[in-house]
Amino acid sequence: MQKRETTARALTEAHYARIKHEDGQIGAFLTLSKERALGQADRIDRMAAEGKALPILGGVPVGIKDVMSTRGVRTTAGSKILEKYIPPYDCTAVARMEAAGAVVLGKMNCDEFAMGSSNENSAYSPVRNPRDLSRVPGGSSGGSAAAVAADMAVATLGSDTGGSIRQPASFCGVVGLMPTYGRVSRYGLIAFASSLDHIGPLTKTVKDAAIVLGVIAGRDPMDSTSADVPVPDYLAEIEKPIRGMKLGVAKEYFGDGLDEEVRQAVKTAIDKLKGLGCEIVPVSLPHTPYAIPTYYLIATAEASANLARYDGVRYSHRARGVKTLSEMYRRSRDEGFGAEVKRRIMLGTYALSAGYYDAYYLKAQKVRTLLTRDFEEAFRKVDAIVTPTSPTAAFRLGEKSNDPLAMYLADIYTVTADLAGIPGISVPCGETREKLPIGLQILGKHFDEATILRVAHAYEQAS
Amino acid sequence: MKVTEQDVTYVAELANLELTAEERTGMLRDLNSILAYVERLSELDTSDVPPMAQVSDRYSLDESKQGSERFAYASRKDVPEGLRKSLPHSEALANAPDADEEFFKVPKVIER
Repeated sequence: MQKRETTARALTEAHYARIKHEDGQIGAFLTLSKERALGQADRIDRMAAEGKALPILGGVPVGIKDVMSTRGVRTTAGSKILEKYIPPYDCTAVARMEAAGAVVLGKMNCDEFAMGSSNENSAYSPVRNPRDLSRVPGGSSGGSAAAVAADMAVATLGSDTGGSIRQPASFCGVVGLMPTYGRVSRYGLIAFASSLDHIGPLTKTVKDAAIVLGVIAGRDPMDSTSADVPVPDYLAEIEKPIRGMKLGVAKEYFGDGLDEEVRQAVKTAIDKLKGLGCEIVPVSLPHTPYAIPTYYLIATAEASANLARYDGVRYSHRARGVKTLSEMYRRSRDEGFGAEVKRRIMLGTYALSAGYYDAYYLKAQKVRTLLTRDFEEAFRKVDAIVTPTSPTAAFRLGEKSNDPLAMYLADIYTVTADLAGIPGISVPCGETREKLPIGLQILGKHFDEATILRVAHAYEQAS
Repeated sequence: MKVTEQDVTYVAELANLELTAEERTGMLRDLNSILAYVERLSELDTSDVPPMAQVSDRYSLDESKQGSERFAYASRKDVPEGLRKSLPHSEALANAPDADEEFFKVPKVIER
């Protein structure tokens, strides 16, 4: 593009043509932002024509999960309750992507309010896995993962509260990075569980993930939890050698429920890393079996508070024909929220209610400390920890949608990192016999995305 | 602890949800099955473990700093306009289901 061999407009239009051709059967996009995209593409082309150096993402077509606010572009969070919502401001991560030259093609389908592991909870349509249309793409960032896998976007932003970037990346055979809590500003992200929500990239390669992270990371005065920690040059970091690095393997991540083909693929990947000169060190994360219950109490409690704002007054759906204010609140929420969202609001409200607070919510917060200490202990001995991303490859649509608990267990290897606030990346590590992608997860120390990107990059280059 | 139908009604009221009869039956079943599963947390003795409300207070670039000192970077001087200008009325009201030029409108609150 800098050399004028192609234009940002041509690349953008080619992507829209591809979306038109492919997305009817996949369902990754909820809204296309053509005017905004072509305006940005033309700006990039003018820069190139004037001989100016293009920014790092100059002209790169991207998609944004529909839980991130985009000024003037409908943002639904996958929910009917926000069907007509047009945000008056931009999410910081989106603004940074555009400032770095990215062209925002549109908004990506997801589970309603990012609550789900299969994208079947979207109020608009499920997303189908481009690798096998009878299967789910994972969730909740299912549209973000599917669009990258089907070449409808070069990169997308997703959000991860219990695994929602890494698990769909694993199911669709792409790279998904959840940065450290506080690494990327949450300003403009529609809140699900504020102490667990993270924004991060889904990309074709680890190098692309490193580039996008470099763009969106760093302190933002609009989010008081965004940390004042320097952002390293991730592109330089990923090229450093991994020889001599210590990688932890925790037996708790290879127990019952792990699919045999996934186990084999991850074991082979670990052998490959060993071959690249890493030392494999057994570590123990003994509280892992308590991660899912802890997560579902904390995440739902926070969600019940965050979703109280949808009251039919300022920007969300309002029920017709209501006579009183309280009837308006209840009926608007009843009509606007889907089954899983209601279930989580109810569970969270129950866990916070008088008489149950200590037994559920406070107990879960204490176990969160134990889960975090497990990692702190392990990271005294190792530089990173390698695990499967998900216990299985992509499952079929409808396979788990009637059993909330079975669905929750799809996040068993991902939720603990969200609770502890440490970064994690999923990188493809082979396929099942049915040609379904398998993901290798690499977890790192707080603010040490550089190390996990480096290991993932070395692995990707060697495979 | 078993959730009862009355609990479902009470919690729905707290959460500003109405729920159909069918939804209530499903909710009763799902809440009980999920709560039975989370019950395993009681196996752990946490009497000496502090609760963790958020991540940021566990990590710091400068470990010698404690409590709010760790977050000194997040404080800022008061600026009358805030970090960004307030939205004009028309934009702030644009997404409202019902509004006039200045206010959000809702059904009558006080009956008389």
